[in-house]
Amino acid sequence: MQRTVLDLWVGAFVLAGIGALVILAFKVGNMSTYNGSDTYRLQAYFTNIGGLRPTASVRSAGVLVGRVGAITLDTERYQARVELDIDKRYQFPADTFANILTSGLLGEQYIGLLPGGDDEMLAEGGQFKQTQSAMVLEDLIGKFMLNQADAKK
Amino acid sequence: MSALKTTRAIGHRVIDAVWRLGVAARFLAYTLLHSASSWRRFQLIVKELFSSGVMSLIIIGVAGTFVGMVLGLQGYETLKRYGSESALGSLVALSLVRELGPVLAALLFASRAGSAMTAEIGLMKATEQIAAMEMMAVNPIARVVAPRFWAGVISMPLLAAIFSAMGVFGGYLVGVVLIGVDAGSFWSQMQSAVDVRNDIVNGIIKSCVFGVVVTLIALFEGFDAPPTAEGVSGATTRTVVESSLAILMLDFILTAFMFRGV
Repeated sequence: MQRTVLDLWVGAFVLAGIGALVILAFKVGNMSTYNGSDTYRLQAYFTNIGGLRPTASVRSAGVLVGRVGAITLDTERYQARVELDIDKRYQFPADTFANILTSGLLGEQYIGLLPGGDDEMLAEGGQFKQTQSAMVLEDLIGKFMLNQADAKK
Repeated sequence: MSALKTTRAIGHRVIDAVWRLGVAARFLAYTLLHSASSWRRFQLIVKELFSSGVMSLIIIGVAGTFVGMVLGLQGYETLKRYGSESALGSLVALSLVRELGPVLAALLFASRAGSAMTAEIGLMKATEQIAAMEMMAVNPIARVVAPRFWAGVISMPLLAAIFSAMGVFGGYLVGVVLIGVDAGSFWSQMQSAVDVRNDIVNGIIKSCVFGVVVTLIALFEGFDAPPTAEGVSGATTRTVVESSLAILMLDFILTAFMFRGV
């Protein structure tokens, strides 16, 4: 086969492969939601994070405002320490609530931010004072059963 | 006495297998050592990229589309029971990017391009072309083996990516266009489930490993084949069997390391 034709085909093959990788990264994967450096980091402590995972979304009023970074156990207070990477475009008051919520009945868990009314804004390294842990189904059922028993008395 | 014989036969087989493994490892080291000259003459690699990469495009594309379509169909039937048809996108994409893309593309590559490599090199040896090269002071490893090795290693991840992309397209075709799952939730659930670092990059690493293993097995079997018609046919069969088994076992090991707790 002629060399130019060969080169053309191999070039087209390599371009198709790279194109497929780009499609996978942007259309299939979450590359388009990675914003690189224009985020700032906040912390929140939770007594129970349930099934929250790193890279889970952080939403306020349903809008994606950031992602969950590292999750570690703080052995001084025995609480889960969750790092949140928030988009720089969004600022939140210092008394914002951070709640672990579930999308749908069986969906994935995410962090919902409920802004307060403070004039002061959370800056890099700031910490959410008020948090609400994940709902654990067993606890809910336990409470429900206790209530039932109390009601019967 | 027969127990002794059986034990001896097992020992012989094991030693033989370890011996071959060692020779193959030395073959790989020798190939890597002599690949500098094939990178300098890049046209040699381009020629092999055509025969192993471009010629595999059609089978990879068609197989990927159909695997995606089947995933869409089966996934929809199962997810429908739990009322979560909207998770179809993430099901199709995750299974393709993590497992099916790299593994099936490597299996197809082994049977389409790997067997051809073995047969070609085996025949070169049978018709004494390799010996002729050595007579002319041309290193057959540098001239014949190294370009094919690098062509295989380069084309494998690209083929796996094309397989996964075509598979996602096939899943979209069946799930959204044919069955009528909501297109918005199909793509958004997919994007929230598939992570670039954990899923896509790990899939690419997998296919790179498979590329090295499949090409190495194909080249080694070809180079090692007895120079007879029977020997070449046996080597071609062994290439397909060994590389398929190696892909599936390595896939388990890689998956166990990569996706722990993800």
